[in-house]
Amino acid sequence: MYDVIVLGCGVVGAATAYQLARYPLKVAVLEAQNDVANGTTKANSAIIHAGYDPEPGTLMAKLNVEGNRMAGEICQKLQVPFARVGSLVLAFDEADLATLRTLYDRGVANGVPGLELWDQSQVRQREPNLSQEVKGALYAPTAGIVDPWQYALAMAEVAVTNGVELHRSAPVTAITPVEGGYAVTTPKGVFEGRYVFNATGVFADQVHGLLETPDYRITPNRGEYYLMDKSQHEQVSRVIFQCPNENGKGVLVSPTIHGNLIVGPNAQPVEDRHDLGNTAQGLDFVREHATRSVPGLNFRENIRNFSGIRANSTRHDFILEESPNHPGFFDLAGIKSPGLASAAAIGKWACEQILEKETQLEPKQDFVDQRTHVVFHTLSREEKNALIAQDPRYGRVICRCETVTEGEIVAALHSPIPPHTINGVKRRCNAGMGRCQGGFCGPRVQDIIARELGLNPCEVLMDQEGTYVLTGETKAQGGKAHV
Amino acid sequence: MYELIVIGGGPAGLAAACEAWDKGLRRILILERDKELGGILNQCIHNGFGLHHFKEELTGPEYAGRFIQQLQATGVEVQLDTMVLQLIPGTPHQVHCVSAQHGYQILETQAVVLAMGCRERTRGTIAIPGERPAGIFTAGAAQRYLNMEGYMVGRRVVILGSGDIGLIMARRMTLEGAKVLACVELMPYSGGLTRNIVQCLEDYNIPLYLSHTVTDIRGHNRVEQVTVSQVDENRRPIPGTEMVFDCDTLLLSVGLIPENELTRQAGIPMDRRTNGALVYENMETQVPGIFACGNVVHVHDLVDYVTAESQRAGAAAAAFVQGAEQDAASLPLTNGDGVGYTVPQSIRRNVDKAQVMFRVGRVFHKSRIVVRDQAGNLIAQFPREHMAPGEMEQISLPKVLLERAVGGLTVSAEEVAEG
Repeated sequence: MYDVIVLGCGVVGAATAYQLARYPLKVAVLEAQNDVANGTTKANSAIIHAGYDPEPGTLMAKLNVEGNRMAGEICQKLQVPFARVGSLVLAFDEADLATLRTLYDRGVANGVPGLELWDQSQVRQREPNLSQEVKGALYAPTAGIVDPWQYALAMAEVAVTNGVELHRSAPVTAITPVEGGYAVTTPKGVFEGRYVFNATGVFADQVHGLLETPDYRITPNRGEYYLMDKSQHEQVSRVIFQCPNENGKGVLVSPTIHGNLIVGPNAQPVEDRHDLGNTAQGLDFVREHATRSVPGLNFRENIRNFSGIRANSTRHDFILEESPNHPGFFDLAGIKSPGLASAAAIGKWACEQILEKETQLEPKQDFVDQRTHVVFHTLSREEKNALIAQDPRYGRVICRCETVTEGEIVAALHSPIPPHTINGVKRRCNAGMGRCQGGFCGPRVQDIIARELGLNPCEVLMDQEGTYVLTGETKAQGGKAHV
Repeated sequence: MYELIVIGGGPAGLAAACEAWDKGLRRILILERDKELGGILNQCIHNGFGLHHFKEELTGPEYAGRFIQQLQATGVEVQLDTMVLQLIPGTPHQVHCVSAQHGYQILETQAVVLAMGCRERTRGTIAIPGERPAGIFTAGAAQRYLNMEGYMVGRRVVILGSGDIGLIMARRMTLEGAKVLACVELMPYSGGLTRNIVQCLEDYNIPLYLSHTVTDIRGHNRVEQVTVSQVDENRRPIPGTEMVFDCDTLLLSVGLIPENELTRQAGIPMDRRTNGALVYENMETQVPGIFACGNVVHVHDLVDYVTAESQRAGAAAAAFVQGAEQDAASLPLTNGDGVGYTVPQSIRRNVDKAQVMFRVGRVFHKSRIVVRDQAGNLIAQFPREHMAPGEMEQISLPKVLLERAVGGLTVSAEEVAEG
């Protein structure tokens, strides 16, 4: 029997595993997808919010501010790309200016450090590409931009290297109370655990429903984005929000940690939790609202659209609680924005629940709180040469848009949580993230994956199960072969 | 110290290097990021190359092979599997590059030829709505899978864009046993060569839908359906015209973008219309000693023209190294009615003749190309039976005409009234 089973390895599951790994506990993380962080964690605004948005007294308010602080420390320790670039909420009229004052007061009550209200000239001086219509802004210096996927991966990797078991492609099909805990059934086997954390994102109510009918529902809400070429990166130097409304924080324009520019999202309730499509209307909405903040955005420089699904719920706060009828079964659910910013603190909260029940637990002495993650293009010339001398594969550039080398890809393929898909490599190494979107490096990455993992190239998927890229060899069976 | 470093070993780089050698340079280096020379020609196994340059019909690899053979007879050095990371203009110019064999190198040279070619526009650049399943490929990536790696990418195919690579791939996929359901073109005319429309679509009964575009893509994992809609004169989809194709693959042939990240980083002045460097008639950029040729300057239809242009660049690079004086005075070219861009964008006055290449912005029937100077004087005119954006136009302006021009030249296309 495991001490703890964590369902889901998005950023919340990963953060929970990362905290639990510090203690002498037998922990299993069960992920439905064939790779970690493949749900909401991979498709969002990639912002570590400062924490002035949530109503004081909510879990969101408390955990956002704490999670923001923790994110800075964790990212530094685990070599996750992160920068505290600060954020602005723009006001376009008197009503907006009043909203800014409300947000300022909320931020102060929530303990957000360093908030400032800027007047029109301060805004213009510091962000010259913003609209002339901007009347003022709320500046939050602690807001940051992050690689959300790498953030989740880093925490999951440290958990795994410290003994946490991770099972991918293990969707939960049944949860049954057993003597002293719960039995969780997956295609990878039945896992019994004394405690269970439900961190299954947009599916949390359905997974909870395998045990009992939950008293909340997830109300999935889709947001669509543009990701623009590096040529647009310098349009703004901070995260630019508009005043929040009933649909969330509105359309933002922000530099990304990889040097691109992200623009979005809209907010659209959806039925199908798997439908990550973009719509012409959604994209029109994003363009229209974004150019209100930054009129000079050049959408011809777009390199990718995507959408993500928010795990909104019928409650107005995060749902962090133990089931009253099933002790030891905890929800970490309804993690909508600022979920990414709060994730580290949510993981800590989860771990504290175990510590309260297992009062004898002492932290492990041999916990290794670090990992190595070589990013070739960030190295100095001397470091590059040293690395190539050691392993010539670091001299072979595979992704030319992002200067990603074969050495980095091979290292990822033999890392604690190795990828086996083209997008798995992309998220770990950035190969294919650039302006040609893998047009050049895709076949080469596929080839390296097949070679390193001993697969037939036709078996190498783009992403989740079913995303086959090749349908067979040419000429085989007269060209009619199909995998 | 090199006399000339050529960045890119595709058709442009090969022709430039060979020509520079023939004109007397002896310290020449080609830097090529792939494992072999030849560039994109290596995956273009169809024929139709070389009709102008060699007066015979070759396949892509054969065309490249001719130049590789020619190069092997010279002392031009080649570094393969080498990625150029940075170009720093100066005296000398510095080229930073990295390879498994030589590590991180900083090379110095008197002249540089930029010959990096182009890349394909992707789904993102045109923001096609819908899901993001596997099975969406740029036509060139699919071509690489089929012709170089030996794998099929799908069985039921829709192609968006009627650029040449898309047309070639329609035939190629068909020959490999796939069913190509439609070729869809946003514009009211094809973006490819007429011969490719005939030989790759019509000969295989593949319908071409002009003034149509893809408005939705369905499939959580692999492409399952593609929706195609007619567009109005402003290229906006017309509701009610949707056609749904059940397919597993969408190929995109929606244009090429010159690959100029190094050029921009180096601060070399660019032309917004071509997305390439501004060049003189000898393919020199605005930075002395740095030349550019082939698809990195503007996207060509025929490799034969890339070769001719690149030979000019190679010869000019040799002349530069050998200390040829350049006339500072030049005639700027502007685009008149119907002309989308010109290459070159300026012509030096003291040249024997200047070759001007351009594309028209729409289809012209019986018409003429007109060159006027700033004062409005007619300098030259060239009759044409038919011009289309998919086919690059070339005119040649001899010295005697250039000497007459006052101030600058405007190139325009004019329809000739019938009768």
